[in-house]
Amino acid sequence: MSLSHLERLEAESIHILREVLAECDKPVMLYSIGKDSAVMLHLAQKAFFPGKLPFPLLHVDTTWKFREMIAFRDETAKRLGAELLVHTNQDGVAQGITPFGAGSRTYTDIMKTEGLKQALDHYGFDAAFGGARRDEEKSRAKERVFSFRTAEHRWDPKNQRPEPWKLYNTRKKPGESIRVFPLSNWTEMDVWTYIAEQNIPVVPLYFAKPRPVVKRSGAWIMVDDTRLPLEPGEVPQLKTVRFRTLGCYPLTGAVESEADTLDDILSEMRESRSSERQGRLIDHDGAASMEKKKQEGYF
Amino acid sequence: MASALSSFRRDTDPPVASNRKTLLRFITCGSVDDGKSSLIGRVLFESGSVPEDQLATLEADSKKFGTQGAALDYALLVDGLSAEREQGITIDVAYRYFATPKRSFIVADTPGHEQYTRNMATGASTADLAIILVDARKGILPQTRRHSLIVSMVGVKTVIVAVNKMDLVDYSPFVFHAIERAYHDIAKALNIPHVTVIPVSAVAGDNIAAPSTHTPWYHGPSLIDVLETVEVESVTSNAGFALPVQWVNRPDSSFRGYAGLIASGRIAPGDAITVVPSGRSAVIKRIVTYEGDLDHAEAGQSVTLTLDREIDISRGDVISSSRQPITAAKALSARVLWMSAEPLDAQKSYLAKLATTTVSAFVKAPETLLDIETYQEKHVETVGINSIFTTLVTFDRLIAVSPYGDNRDLGSFILIDRLSNEVVALGLVVTVDELARGLPVEAPPVKRLVFSHDPLRRSLLKTASFAITTLLLAALLFAVGPALLAGSVFALAEIVLFFAHERVWATTRAGLPIEKEFISSGEGI
Repeated sequence: MSLSHLERLEAESIHILREVLAECDKPVMLYSIGKDSAVMLHLAQKAFFPGKLPFPLLHVDTTWKFREMIAFRDETAKRLGAELLVHTNQDGVAQGITPFGAGSRTYTDIMKTEGLKQALDHYGFDAAFGGARRDEEKSRAKERVFSFRTAEHRWDPKNQRPEPWKLYNTRKKPGESIRVFPLSNWTEMDVWTYIAEQNIPVVPLYFAKPRPVVKRSGAWIMVDDTRLPLEPGEVPQLKTVRFRTLGCYPLTGAVESEADTLDDILSEMRESRSSERQGRLIDHDGAASMEKKKQEGYF
Repeated sequence: MASALSSFRRDTDPPVASNRKTLLRFITCGSVDDGKSSLIGRVLFESGSVPEDQLATLEADSKKFGTQGAALDYALLVDGLSAEREQGITIDVAYRYFATPKRSFIVADTPGHEQYTRNMATGASTADLAIILVDARKGILPQTRRHSLIVSMVGVKTVIVAVNKMDLVDYSPFVFHAIERAYHDIAKALNIPHVTVIPVSAVAGDNIAAPSTHTPWYHGPSLIDVLETVEVESVTSNAGFALPVQWVNRPDSSFRGYAGLIASGRIAPGDAITVVPSGRSAVIKRIVTYEGDLDHAEAGQSVTLTLDREIDISRGDVISSSRQPITAAKALSARVLWMSAEPLDAQKSYLAKLATTTVSAFVKAPETLLDIETYQEKHVETVGINSIFTTLVTFDRLIAVSPYGDNRDLGSFILIDRLSNEVVALGLVVTVDELARGLPVEAPPVKRLVFSHDPLRRSLLKTASFAITTLLLAALLFAVGPALLAGSVFALAEIVLFFAHERVWATTRAGLPIEKEFISSGEGI
């Protein structure tokens, strides 16, 4: 047995991807454009080679993603010849929900969680791949690779199915669905090492570059377009920053960094003493906030 | 704390071929009272795997929920669900990740209470090693015996016994050695080959990352030393090639590949394979991957195989080496852990998922259950949650299967309730039922006729034998009456004799180049 740990992780993820395709009726891949999605998509290409991607990609667009993310998303779908579905919660748009004012909590619920449920119901997908990893957050650490959702999309953390060995029970009742996490056992370091090793394209926002930013609640927020309301006296300044995690631009903090190559990112990570989700403002609503969001259907 | 940190090689050191690191999966067993979550929290902390913002949360949480007074409560790093934090116990398996320059680690942190035995077994099923916690003040408890049984049952060969809370027994070598001796008896009873017993304190950090000055009488390795250096035994290293087919890849009419994760052995193009249970044979043409074709592949890799001919193969079939084909069976003896609150119903048809096959299964009601604390068989009426027993499981059709000890992927299964879809049990194949076997493992060679015409040497043999027979006939006639030797009597007798002689030769293969061996590669089943 001479497989390295990345080779073992890769083989396990491919096994999970194939298991879903073989046992589920209508799978979809949640494509959130970030580095984890990039790795998951790359693994799917490997799993089904020489065939093309046998399921569509779904992006739940909150309309507040970075412009570079949207450009990268369209480019990627085109490059791979993949079917790309984009869904936006139009009710939320009509109600004028934004990441500001009403507070980020309502915004995430309506634009992300509700948007996702709408899309899954609309297309009738029975299995959805997500790029979440167990090392990201404490409640994720206890989530199964195959995570079941009721017809109302709820997660019951106390009643999860055992997954011994590589045996996944994919049986479900009508209306129920499965969220599948092929990257469950990957760490942030594994993801970047694999991206470097396999030369996987990622959004340029991960690499340091001078960008216009303002400081909010201790985080650098990029002024990606003119919709970001500036506080009185707030003036965007040019700082060399990069992002460790990507989401909606008004809610995603950049870090000051000079790392503009994959090698730099890897060595910066080895020095780093803070977690990647630190930049995500939505996670700090309460100690168990992710668990609550997940119970309600957040990915 | 600081001294322990300085001697521990963290993953922040310059990487040594970081992409060639090996992976060690291990499980931690023990209840919250043993300080299991604290131990894992401590290991994560000392390996530099706890980011600063999480440490800040930890400080706040320690004040709010902590059980360590003003000190950091490392257990809070790992108890994730709100219910667990409120009750101070671990309910579900939590997976943790950390790395050192040598290895990456996946930790299955499993609950200790008996009611969560199934979650512990789930965590243990993929583990290479187990850390079993023992509270130094309490010594070996029934749960220590239970955890040891479960880890040995699923084939974990290496166990570290962490005798925790040594600080609370004044680091007494007498306490430690008594526990060490008692544990070696358990290991012997369960046949656990590799055991290391270490005196530790998760709260004080003794012998976690470095030798502790509190235990000068202990000369063994620290906990992390063992984790970094232990050799992982591969159970399937001697098994023949087997790939359970997960999915048939047919992107267009020109390509037909069989995708799956190799369960055991090694394969190369040109190798002869037999499909189980159909028994059909073919030769490997290509090993297809995204990076290009491989010249060989081995256990643990996810690949796609193509064959030299079109044969019927679908999900659930196993492609195996023709030299060492996997057995097919309809019945087997299995060790089962019942995981449902709903008791076993021997009249009920369950679904069994074994590797990539799903079949109908009946489970015979066992006469005895294994007492998971005394390791004795005991008689019982019903099989309930957390029962362990050995029984007969029968399927509605032949499937490829191996004993768990030979091949983990083909020797493990789950049972699913058809109505609730609940996973009611996990099982390990002990023996494949000889009577129910469908495919001979070692088919006897069949000998067949290759040439039907007589070659020259057979004619020469016949001539020589006929000459001797003629001489004998002549001698006989001469003895009866020399006159008989003359004329038609002799000629007629010789014709009769020739026919009889030819018939005798027809019963023998002498002189024929007929013997060539054929292996009955599954034909005739």
